[in-house]
Amino acid sequence: MIEYQEATKIFGSGDESVTAVSDVSFEIEKGSLVTFLGPSGCGKTTLLRLTNRLLNLTRGKIFVDGNDIMSEDPVRLRQSMGYAIQQVGLFPNKTIHGNIATVPKLLGWEKDRIDERVDELLKMLRLDPETFRDRYPVELSGGQQQRIGVARCLAADPAILLMDEPFGAIDPINREVIQDEFLRIQNKLKKTIAFVTHDLQEAIKMGDKIAIFKEGRLVQYDPPEVLLTQPKDDYIADFVGADRALKVLGILRAEDAMNTDERYVLKSTAGTAEARECLGDRDVDHCVVVKDDKPYGYITGEILKEAKEGELRDVAASYPVLLDAKTTLRDVLSQMLMNDMEMLTVADEDGKYAGVITFRDIQRELLEGFREPENEGG
Amino acid sequence: MTALIQFFRDNTDTIWRLTYEHVWIVSLAVCLATVIGVSIGIAITRDEKMANRVINAANVLMTIPSIALFGIMLPILSVIGHGLGKVPAVTALVLYSQLPIIRNTYTAIKNVPPELIEAGKGLGMSNLRRLREVEIPLAIPVIIAGLRTAAVMNIGIAAIAAYIGSGGLGEFIQQGISRVYNEMIVAGALLVSLLAIFVDIAMALVERLVTPKGTALEKKMK
Repeated sequence: MIEYQEATKIFGSGDESVTAVSDVSFEIEKGSLVTFLGPSGCGKTTLLRLTNRLLNLTRGKIFVDGNDIMSEDPVRLRQSMGYAIQQVGLFPNKTIHGNIATVPKLLGWEKDRIDERVDELLKMLRLDPETFRDRYPVELSGGQQQRIGVARCLAADPAILLMDEPFGAIDPINREVIQDEFLRIQNKLKKTIAFVTHDLQEAIKMGDKIAIFKEGRLVQYDPPEVLLTQPKDDYIADFVGADRALKVLGILRAEDAMNTDERYVLKSTAGTAEARECLGDRDVDHCVVVKDDKPYGYITGEILKEAKEGELRDVAASYPVLLDAKTTLRDVLSQMLMNDMEMLTVADEDGKYAGVITFRDIQRELLEGFREPENEGG
Repeated sequence: MTALIQFFRDNTDTIWRLTYEHVWIVSLAVCLATVIGVSIGIAITRDEKMANRVINAANVLMTIPSIALFGIMLPILSVIGHGLGKVPAVTALVLYSQLPIIRNTYTAIKNVPPELIEAGKGLGMSNLRRLREVEIPLAIPVIIAGLRTAAVMNIGIAAIAAYIGSGGLGEFIQQGISRVYNEMIVAGALLVSLLAIFVDIAMALVERLVTPKGTALEKKMK
């Protein structure tokens, strides 16, 4: 856990002083990834560098796992946290092994343990140890170097990682890949991470919470969906953009919006006559036809009108695509538009029917987020 | 020409002795100068203003003609009874070496990319550790290049130091001139030149050997 208490950093003194970070107080919970977001010069990098004492606080306090960082030896403190920067900064005179082993060596690990750890990290980042261990940084592509940068910062298995635009120097396609990989690793390792970025997309995608800064002050500290749906002021609303509704769709998932109401379900063995009756009774315009708990197809009034009498499994239209519960609403919407379908069905991990989802469901879910939170007790 | 060859034949022992003496003086001077110059060069990387002053001072030192420097040092070193001979010679060589060594060390360390310093610091390397593992390994080819310049220059200046009785190959030139013995002058000049060329080549080799493999690859790929 990292705790900032009125953290303040002033560079210079007197008339020429510049306040880079001003009375910032918040907490990064254990095991969560918080992105520091804001335009350049907003103090996000300064705050990160204050955390491992590459800079020293002017005022205020920072606690890491309950300990005041100012009472610790800066070199020891830094060894206890992972650190990765945009320019990567791999040592060109050291092999990949040597680079990753930097902190374990500082901590005096034994050679065997270091070798094992280096290979383990290379595998974790999907780089073949045999191929890469003894190469030099210059022999690697930009994306590979960034991965080694991440491996180096994870090397001694620190509980806390400080990352300053760690994926900033690679092309957008590779960045997506490495972001996904990093999230996969983070899901397993559950590190406490402070992650600086100026890229809103990245902040939304990576952050459990986002801390937005403006001129050295913390303006809002909330989970991405809250930040997008309930920006505190115009500055943040501007920052997250006019298309923020679409950005929220990128965070919300099919399981959040789907309708699990039984009214939409019919068995594949039911007859067409029964189905017609059901549509009317239940006041729905379509139903999912389920066979062995799995979505089989769908029926609408249109389909039934033209269908011959019989069992539904013979008349139901099949879905062009089945959605996974974890699909983002953005992708769901995209599927609806592409397939000219107003409703789709969601299946769980085992392929079993989980719910239906319509345009209206997506909109309802979205609006729910945008609605002002009701005043408590008022 | 035959007279020259004859001279070499007749004076083999003296030639070896003087060459040995020459190399010895220059080596001692370069070793001392390295310790002093590299330390100063590293120290001044922490202080921009100081760096300017030190490099300017070394520059001024370099502009003093060697004969004049020997003259200046004579009364000073006479106090400890070494106004002439090897002590003032080595001292002068050490002083002359300062500029190339300090300047190269300073520039090389300053040229280490800032992100490497940032990464080293951020990962928890102490200043000394970072110097040893990152800055010096990356700077060493350029530092060696400074030593190379200093060594080659010193071989020439050491020849002049024969006039204050330091010995070395300069003795042939100095005595040859006073005895109007042409073969002796030419032999001295030839040997000093050959020594300089040899040392230059040797140091170039050292330069290549100490370049870390990673940085060598970096240069090749550019």
